[in-house]
Amino acid sequence: MKVEIKTAKFDPWQEIKSYQEQMQKEGLFGAMASFVGSMRDFNDGDKVTAMELEHYPGMTEKHLEGICKEAGNKWELVDVLVLHRVGKIKVGDPIVLVCVWSAHRAAAFDACRFIMEDLKSKAPFWKQETLEQGKRWVEKNTQG
Amino acid sequence: MTIRVKYFASLRESFGRGEDSLEIGSDPVTVSELWDRLTGRKQAMPDNVLTAINMEYVKPDTQVKDGDEVAFFPPVTGGKL
Repeated sequence: MKVEIKTAKFDPWQEIKSYQEQMQKEGLFGAMASFVGSMRDFNDGDKVTAMELEHYPGMTEKHLEGICKEAGNKWELVDVLVLHRVGKIKVGDPIVLVCVWSAHRAAAFDACRFIMEDLKSKAPFWKQETLEQGKRWVEKNTQG
Repeated sequence: MTIRVKYFASLRESFGRGEDSLEIGSDPVTVSELWDRLTGRKQAMPDNVLTAINMEYVKPDTQVKDGDEVAFFPPVTGGKL
């Protein structure tokens, strides 16, 4: 299992490839489900030109590791990779990657969704959007 | 006892700082009472403020101990996707 906060832009596809290679678990998994969230240029009807993500160093990692362990208790998983950006983010940049490997597809799909929903609603991240008319903190979640 | 306090996001901006170190007496104090001291009781802690002790979510009526790191922060948004 790997949880990492990224302060610079990352390539989710390259990260999945290199993590899957180094975990050396070929044959154990028959399924992999992944979710990549990227930055949109609109929110709540406004044009968003940039955003900055803040986290609570230490607690954020601890919380994400807890979510992954909880998923591992609910489903039989082979491995989990969670990466999340912080700092200044540009339109189109990947923000979050959740990737789950398991023997069969149901566990991979379900655990990936579970981790993502928990991350969105409980993990300590805060987002400040830059709009054409200034900056605003976002204090509510959009529906999945 | 010594308590380290951290503020994040919009709360950090409204407090004008990211953290405080507080020397308080040995009488029992809860997280919400700590908020009252920090704000001079000018403003009750809003219902949507989240609280943590030593990087674990706690309810505002949890008591703080010497050496604790207490955090106050607004609702979390892991980036709307």
